Amino acid sequence: MIFGTLFLSFVFYSAYIYTAGTEVAHGPEISDEARRGQQVYQEYNCMACHQFYGLGGYMGPDLTNVISNRGAAYAGAFIAAGTATMPNLGLSPEETSDVVAFLGFVDTTGTYPPKNYDVTWYGTVRQEDDPQ
Amino acid sequence: MMARQNDLIGLNFLRLGIVSLAIGMFFGVIGGFQFLFPDFLQELLFNRTRPIHVSMVVSWIFLAAIGGIYFYLPRQQKLSLWSPNAAKIHFWVFIVTGIAILYSYVTGKFGGREYFMFPAILSLPIFLTWILFGVNYFNTLRKYKEPWPVYYWMWGTGIVFFFITFCESYLWLIPYFRESMVREIIVQWKSYGALTGSWNMLVYGTAIYVATRIAGNQDAAKSKMAYGLFFLGLTNLIFGWAHHTYLVPSQTWIRVLAYAISMTELFILGKILWDWRASLTTFQKNQHCNAYRFMFAADIWVFINLVLALIISVPAFNLITHGTHITVAHAMGSTIGINTMILLSSLFYVVREELPENVHASCSKQVMTGFWITNVSLAIFFLALVMAGFGRGLYEGASFQEMALQIRPFLVVFAISGIALMLGMWLVLWNAFRLLGKIISSANGEKVRGDGELSTANS
Ligand code: HEC
Repeated sequence: MIFGTLFLSFVFYSAYIYTAGTEVAHGPEISDEARRGQQVYQEYNCMACHQFYGLGGYMGPDLTNVISNRGAAYAGAFIAAGTATMPNLGLSPEETSDVVAFLGFVDTTGTYPPKNYDVTWYGTVRQEDDPQ
Repeated sequence: MMARQNDLIGLNFLRLGIVSLAIGMFFGVIGGFQFLFPDFLQELLFNRTRPIHVSMVVSWIFLAAIGGIYFYLPRQQKLSLWSPNAAKIHFWVFIVTGIAILYSYVTGKFGGREYFMFPAILSLPIFLTWILFGVNYFNTLRKYKEPWPVYYWMWGTGIVFFFITFCESYLWLIPYFRESMVREIIVQWKSYGALTGSWNMLVYGTAIYVATRIAGNQDAAKSKMAYGLFFLGLTNLIFGWAHHTYLVPSQTWIRVLAYAISMTELFILGKILWDWRASLTTFQKNQHCNAYRFMFAADIWVFINLVLALIISVPAFNLITHGTHITVAHAMGSTIGINTMILLSSLFYVVREELPENVHASCSKQVMTGFWITNVSLAIFFLALVMAGFGRGLYEGASFQEMALQIRPFLVVFAISGIALMLGMWLVLWNAFRLLGKIISSANGEKVRGDGELSTANS
């Protein structure tokens, strides 16, 4: 009985999360280039060292807003050449520009870490990007 | 009493798990050093060593939990497996898939997500054999007519929910999910949260099973409290995951709900184990000294992790700790401190039961040396990560390099204590591996003798 109730709530809650719970108003549609870039990001396993919204590996910086903070040219150069600590993974020029487009897409989805936020007395955080 | 042939499948899973953990920790140590010296091992950069490490140690948790189930049911509960062959297939497919996954990492062929960074197609055999495991489990338990003790529920729930959440973690293959970044991240971490919840069901079920066996009664598995805590655990699995994604813009109430529910977490297991320990007599403790020590350590780690988990589940604190090494400390504390200690306890419980003449009731010297090295270095390792996490979380500037330099001393301590942790664990694992091997060879010996008798009878 209790198991069944919990199982049903799991099903309904999941359905909600898949739809309305994660509906966000702002941000453009993903472009074809960014779509390919998403693939590149996975194929080179960038997430082993980088995060979006703080989620991922911690060897490198969070990349959620790297494009608005540093610019596409900077990011592209970084990826193409590598540095002392970021390896040059040997991406082709197309792959590089695709992945930069993807980073640009991610950038439009929100701000991390949040800049404008309120902390309530009971410890929750409201931030500017939350859907109203 | 010696093990019979069909009981050996579970033991093979346990031994494979040991090998997997031993190798996985080695890659963890390499990864730790790559944090300090990114050039170290150019041929196998951090984006390769990290997934090797993660996959091998997660395999250990699964193999040791699954192996326990395949062993305990037929051997101790007189519930012979519905299909021993299915279990054998499960074992071999696990090995072959594991090798294919390692090959994909070593050669740098990725294509998945966090935890499952291999090309998605390699998930198919995992998925299929998991169905086989589930069918085998539930059919085996059909023979059990009484109300299920709580560990049967936990194992069954772990099996069902792993299946569901494993599928869920692949929803990104559908463009509808992949193309909305927020939905994509939330669903991904929803599935991971529930996925770890599922393997915790398998592991905590094992803990309660072993605890009731050592205590010699079922109190810890049949009381109202035990079932109550099981349902609380399941509620956590379903709703608690959102503490991973407090800072991803999504509906606020999802987070508030997760916050409230997370506050009940872990209290669950701590309560059960604590009660169990209190009820043990000195005699029972001494009869299972090794198993008891590891379970005791798990209990302490439950407490430590509970404190940390409660803190980082408060959104206001999470703001600082999220995206830092504190999350790693939390993950290491629970996978090594809690899960691994419980599973080692289970291994040494099996050894003691099966080899009563060879293994002394008291704690063995080598195992205890390893035990102490492991736990002390884990404590240092854990603290170093927490400190590094604070360093990163509280850093105000904009330079990643400057921040990295500031926390470097903590990462040095982390990497060095990681070596000690690995060596201590290796000592423990080597003993467990060796003793499990003895059980297997004595069972094989029995078979040979059995055949001999048969041939004399014939002649
Ligand atoms: C082995 C770990 C590692 C991998 C894999 C990796 N990076 Fe990096 N990345 C780093 C580190 C470390 C830095 C910071 C380097 C520095 O500041 O000199 C960095 C910096 C960056 C930056 C600049 C960020 C900033 O704020 O300055 C971008 C953009 C970037 N990486 C993109 C990528 C992409 C895209 C991939 C996958 C194709 C990738 N990285 C794979 C480690 C890695």
